[in-house]
Amino acid sequence: MTTPTDPVLPATRGRRARQWAFRAWALVALFIVVAPAVWLVAGVVARAVPHWRWSVLTTTTAGTGGGLENAVLGSLVLMAGVLVVAGSVGVMSGIHLAGMAPGSRPHGRVTAVARLAIDVLSGFPSIVLGYVGYVALVVGLHWQYSLLPAVLVLSVMVVPYIARSTETALRQVPAGYREGADALGMPGGYALRRILLRAALPGITTGLLVALAIAGGETAPLIYTAGWSTGLPSAALVHHQIGYLTYPIWEFWNYPLASARTLSYDAALVLMVLVLLLLVAARFVVARTQRHAEGRRT
Amino acid sequence: MTTIGTGAPTPATLPGRGGRPAGRHSITQRAARILRGREEPAWRAAARIASIVPLGALAFTLTVLAVKAWPAIRVNGAHFLTGTDWRPGSAYGAVVRTHGVAHPAGSSYGAWALIAGTLQTSAIAIVIAVPVSVGAAFALTERLPGWLARPLGLAIETLAGIPSVIVGLWGALTLGPFLAQHVYPFVAGHVPDVPVLRYFRGPTGHGEGLLTSGIVLALMIVPIIASTARDLFAQVPPLPKEGAQALGMTDAEVARWVTLPWVRSGLVGATILGLGRALGETIAVAMVSGSVIAIAPNMYGNMTTIAATIVSQLDSAATDGTGFATATLAEAGLVLAIISVVVNVLARRVIARSSRLGLPVGSAA
Repeated sequence: MTTPTDPVLPATRGRRARQWAFRAWALVALFIVVAPAVWLVAGVVARAVPHWRWSVLTTTTAGTGGGLENAVLGSLVLMAGVLVVAGSVGVMSGIHLAGMAPGSRPHGRVTAVARLAIDVLSGFPSIVLGYVGYVALVVGLHWQYSLLPAVLVLSVMVVPYIARSTETALRQVPAGYREGADALGMPGGYALRRILLRAALPGITTGLLVALAIAGGETAPLIYTAGWSTGLPSAALVHHQIGYLTYPIWEFWNYPLASARTLSYDAALVLMVLVLLLLVAARFVVARTQRHAEGRRT
Repeated sequence: MTTIGTGAPTPATLPGRGGRPAGRHSITQRAARILRGREEPAWRAAARIASIVPLGALAFTLTVLAVKAWPAIRVNGAHFLTGTDWRPGSAYGAVVRTHGVAHPAGSSYGAWALIAGTLQTSAIAIVIAVPVSVGAAFALTERLPGWLARPLGLAIETLAGIPSVIVGLWGALTLGPFLAQHVYPFVAGHVPDVPVLRYFRGPTGHGEGLLTSGIVLALMIVPIIASTARDLFAQVPPLPKEGAQALGMTDAEVARWVTLPWVRSGLVGATILGLGRALGETIAVAMVSGSVIAIAPNMYGNMTTIAATIVSQLDSAATDGTGFATATLAEAGLVLAIISVVVNVLARRVIARSSRLGLPVGSAA
């Protein structure tokens, strides 16, 4: 039995050593996480900058040289397609999952099945989705390498993400908003449109921006659905291949021609800047709105 | 006050929504008026349809995969899961039939090397990423001041969004050669010849292979695990921690006896989520694995994974006129899909039970 003056835990050398080992481990671990990230970004920039020409953005690819205008525009077109297809489906199913659609039951069987499907899809390997897009849409439906199968495959990839972030954003809207709307006798759909979606808009926007960043940085499913084109993207949905930024990185990085490798590094830099811009924009939306949000997550 | 259009508003006129004078409506308001009465059913139908679409896409994907893989499953049999030979057979040779399925003579597919490669690289990634992520999360929540921890936390979250092809490019051009020149030879020369560590001995190669793939994958899943761990640690209520400190516990003991037990299942979930990402990663591994269909003899040996094999072989599979090579890739994809879906659904269930975080920790970000 210890007397009250005794320390509850004795100050042994072993405890002190473990304490310092713990602190050192935490800081070293943080360094191990951050240092490669800095190294990666610096490495990509360092490879691209010495040979950088601004004309890369205004000329199209010619064989293994030239510029990347076709790839940049193609990536933007693909992302726009994903925004339309995955955005509408993802946001609507997020509303449904949150139980905020008129007549939807958050604990009903339809919702449970939809949630399971979204969980399964979110863990689905992207290359397998690409394979299915290739055999079923590109070959099976004779669409050939083109915009539509690429957009559909990318959309299936990011719909779970958009749905989940929409659901989270809607759930974070303070309950009082909904109750107030109910008390005023607003119909469910009207309240959703005027009150709930408006309050959840920043969260939904963030989800959409991150989803676009994911879609824009994807490679494996695109190789076998979009193909590759050195021409500028057209309005054709099928039968016309389309360029995108990840293709030259993947195809030319170990090519035996210096011009091809330069193109690969340039594409990596442009893609990284594009994706980081989207992610920073998403961050910015969150930061601006969390200042005002009542029901914010802590 | 400027008057807009025809009627100047009199004080008696109630302002319409959006501060416009009554009687003048924007296009959206006009659309809303047309919609009124039809709005409820429209929302209901749209939400119902949109929640069915992912289910339909999933069913379509699984059906296509199963139908495509079926001939390969019948011919390859159990050999597919245990064999290590991967021979497409001669594209110009005779076509033979097994169980009524046409395939080139001499073709024989055993995917064990791919399956083992997938599991090995993911295991290495987890072994590296979990302690590092948890340590970094501790540093961010417990050790560093907020002005430093917040931007670092954001940077780590942003790292999750770097496209895998860029990580692969850096891994193949910068990290791999660096490790092969400065790190691997040193490690290989100094580890003792005992079980497990034995695999770190032997020829160290040129920077492509099993260990490099595992390290690159670790780099890609660290942001997922670290940012989830950070959010979990921040959720631990201060009172139990302060109580433990009042008992005279050190930081390390508070972490060991209070914080970690508090968030254990959430950490398990985040780890499994990272594992799911590592299993399905394609492009980065295809760039740093060495792309050799074999089981790596040591940690530096060239190898490949299921996902990397699909992306590098789907092209050439089309040259198999019988379609058997394409079918075999479907079978490989099916195996990969089953592994990663089981892992992911498990993770989501564990996380959902352990915390009300509602964190959209998605497949890729």
